[in-house]
Formats: sequence, structure tokens, C-alpha cells
Amino acid sequence: MNWVPAIIVMMVCIIITVVRIFMGPGAPTRLVAFDTTNTLVVASLIIVAMMTGNRPFYIDVAIVYALLSYVMTLYVAKYIQGDKF
Amino acid sequence: MEGLNILSYVFIGIGLFFNLVGSCGLHRLPDIYTKLHAATKCTTFGSIFIILAVIVQSAGIWAVEGDSSQSVMCIHVVLALLALVVTNATSAHAIARAAHRSGEKPARAVVDDLEKKEND
Repeated sequence: MNWVPAIIVMMVCIIITVVRIFMGPGAPTRLVAFDTTNTLVVASLIIVAMMTGNRPFYIDVAIVYALLSYVMTLYVAKYIQGDKF
Repeated sequence: MEGLNILSYVFIGIGLFFNLVGSCGLHRLPDIYTKLHAATKCTTFGSIFIILAVIVQSAGIWAVEGDSSQSVMCIHVVLALLALVVTNATSAHAIARAAHRSGEKPARAVVDDLEKKEND
């Protein structure tokens, strides 16, 4: 099975969202774009794991990346809404 | 195995289509709340379908060819799917609440009912 077109389309999606990170008006829009980019990167890592044959450690990296980016999103959201830490 | 390949291609086609729609919605829609609506829901749905394609492929190799090293792949992908589904919905809710409390208004909004409710 050929996974190369899938990873190319995912790269195009990631580039579109990264452009919105640099353009976006205001902090919340940038945070939304960053969260979307993290989701797309997790999906791309899983495609890469399947594309390069039997390499399950890419999927472990994807799990840890998903959980860490979730913590980062929660903390930046707390900072934007003006809470004290 | 041929049928499983076709099923994987269908799943990955659906996933890539929804990921592209979500990424373009991030550029097309006017304010933060509609951008959140497009980006978060569409990319979560698309990523679920891409992961389903990988699950079908690795479980098919495991079942048809008897390659038991694919079982690690299959189970870890299910764990990644669980992590993605739980964290995406929660972080979208946190972003929406933070944007509202920091004073972001919806585009062309006239009345904000939530603002009165939070000040009471």
C-alpha cells in the first residue's frame, strides 16, 4: 500500500495552519492554529510509522506528543484568560 | 487483503478530505469561535479516520499473514486514538472559554448574553 500521497497532503495541511499561526490576529487565533497543527502532526507521525514499515516507536512518540501538547494548550489558555497561577 | 487495502484507501481519503477542509476553514472564517468550530472538529474527525486506516492495515497484516509484530503497532495506535479524542475536545473547550473571558467578541455580534450572566 502506498502512503506517500497521504503524507504529502498532510504536509500541505500543516503548512496552511502554520501560515495562520504567523498571520493570525490576536493570541486566541494563534492558539487555535497551534492546536490544529499539533493534531495534524500526531496524525502524520502515525502515517510515517506505517509508511516506514514496522516501526512502533513512532506511535509512542505520537502518544507523548499528544499529551504534552494538550498540557501546553491548557496552560496557554489559562494565561490568556488572565488567571493567576 | 485486497478488500482491506480498498477499505484503507477509502478511510484515508475521507481523513485527508476533512483535514484539508479544516485547514482551509481556519483561513476562511471570520472570528475566533467559528475558526475553532471548523478547525477542531474537522481535524479531529479526519485524524480519527486516518488512524482507522492504519488500524485496518496493521490488523489485516496481523490476521492474514500471521505477522505478530504488527500487534504492537495495532494496540499502540488504539492508545494514540484514545489520547487524541480525549485531549482535543477538552482543549477546544478551554480555548473557547479563554477567548470569551479575554474579551474576544464574535464577528458582527450585537448582544452578548453570556457577559451579563458572568458578571452577576
